[in-house]
Amino acid sequence: MTLLQVEHISRSFGPHAALQDISFSVSKGESVGIIGRSGAGKSTLLRCLNGLERPDSGRILLEGEDLATLPEQRLVMLRRKIGLVFQHFNLLNSRTVAANIALPLEIAGIPKPQRTQRVAELLDLVGLGGHARHYPSRLSGGQKQRVGIARALAANPTLLLCDEATSALDPETTASILALLADINRTLGLTIVFITHEMDVVRQLANRVLVLDKGRIIGRGRPEDVLAPSAPNTADLPLPAGFSTVPGNSSQTVLKLALAEQDIVSPLLEQLAKQHQVNATVLATQMRQNSTAAEVDVLVQMADPSMDIIAFLKNASQSVEVLGYVPADS
Amino acid sequence: MSRLILDLLVRATGQTLEMVLASGFLAVLGGLPLAVLMVLTGPSGLCRMPLLARSLGLVIDAVRAVPFIILLVLLIPVTRLIAGTALGTTAAIVPLSIAAIPYFARIAEVSLREVDAGLVDAVRAMGGTRWMVVRYVLLPESLPSLISGFTVTLVTLVGASAMAGAIGAGGLGDLAIRYGYQRFNTPVMLGVVAVLIVLVTGLQGLGNLLSRRLRHES
Repeated sequence: MTLLQVEHISRSFGPHAALQDISFSVSKGESVGIIGRSGAGKSTLLRCLNGLERPDSGRILLEGEDLATLPEQRLVMLRRKIGLVFQHFNLLNSRTVAANIALPLEIAGIPKPQRTQRVAELLDLVGLGGHARHYPSRLSGGQKQRVGIARALAANPTLLLCDEATSALDPETTASILALLADINRTLGLTIVFITHEMDVVRQLANRVLVLDKGRIIGRGRPEDVLAPSAPNTADLPLPAGFSTVPGNSSQTVLKLALAEQDIVSPLLEQLAKQHQVNATVLATQMRQNSTAAEVDVLVQMADPSMDIIAFLKNASQSVEVLGYVPADS
Repeated sequence: MSRLILDLLVRATGQTLEMVLASGFLAVLGGLPLAVLMVLTGPSGLCRMPLLARSLGLVIDAVRAVPFIILLVLLIPVTRLIAGTALGTTAAIVPLSIAAIPYFARIAEVSLREVDAGLVDAVRAMGGTRWMVVRYVLLPESLPSLISGFTVTLVTLVGASAMAGAIGAGGLGDLAIRYGYQRFNTPVMLGVVAVLIVLVTGLQGLGNLLSRRLRHES
């Protein structure tokens, strides 16, 4: 079922066209990533999606109501159904964590007892139970963003917008915030539209991706199809020295295995050694939080794998990919 | 110091405090709404009205341009209209307030403009009305800074109230001029200066303390 339908929107600032003829739709429960370089029009697009900015032309239908032409008063009411998570958190310093989360409920006129209860639920959901009475200045960046997410969820929105929600965070914190968002998308069934300039964020969170460049959509589809189509995912893991895509004399093969989180790589390699008498070396591993499941990517190196070995590995993991070759002694 | 002088000093301090606190209160009452109006109607405000913003700024600066001693005389008819008389402590509150309102309005405007625009966006994105932006963001977020600005206004008013002695307002300044200077009574002069120093440092200290308490930044 379609939740959001964007039809041919354009927006210019003076002579500069920020958005040109953008159309897409978002179904309920989807997680859609909009990726692009800075200046591609991502922020303008997101601001149009919650009516902070109006497009010059086109329609933005959220559950049938057109944000582009809705009178300001109706738009104010409609925004209460759209949660927004900011890059720089935008928490009020004058309010405690609990009061920040309660703000959308206060604005919506929810009575105090219900507010208190909802805030407690949300603090649990984002894992900040002990911080209710703290002021934002005492929190780390990741904790601040958790408050931002809780606040965005407070009024039970039908749509969650994220504006570069992880761009101000370090890689580890980014992973935990993305896991939280993926969890919210999966367990609450909440529709998420997010903008980012980081490919990893799209890979980990999006069911579908739109690539924005100079105000136009230049690509759309599943993240694995749209991003880096020629060499899928090779950029994820550090490739070994001397790596090449063509086999040389007595070279060894580098494979990438994608494993479900519960599979452990060392028993698999032991089994491989026992059954096929081949020794494989693990070069690198990387956790990857998919929107549907957690996966581990493993880079292994072994002497020329036979078809049997590839078949065995394919059977034991989610996907196997031959990336290339390295000299035997490396 | 004689009993009489001490009495005079106590009475004058009371009069100064009355003038400063009453006109300080009126400065906030009049100046803060003006500041909010200037920020909202200003170039990056939520209800852009350039003509209103500019004329408001013009009127405010016009009043601030007049030296207080001149304003005091200029406003005598207005004072008489409002207070019934142009003489005395209560009457002096009228010109003091009229001078303090635009002064505090400009100071408060700066504090309000320093509030992060992202916070305004956040409350607007939650479906907050303009009034809610003022109530939940602009005023509470700038409160520590507004209090610092108010302290500065009060200290300025202590100085200005001395000039109000010229219209028979009494107060510490009047005492210093009439007894200390014109009658060469050095002990009175020194007493007044000492009280003024205590008064100003006390006000400033109180303001700093309150502002720091309310600033929840680490």
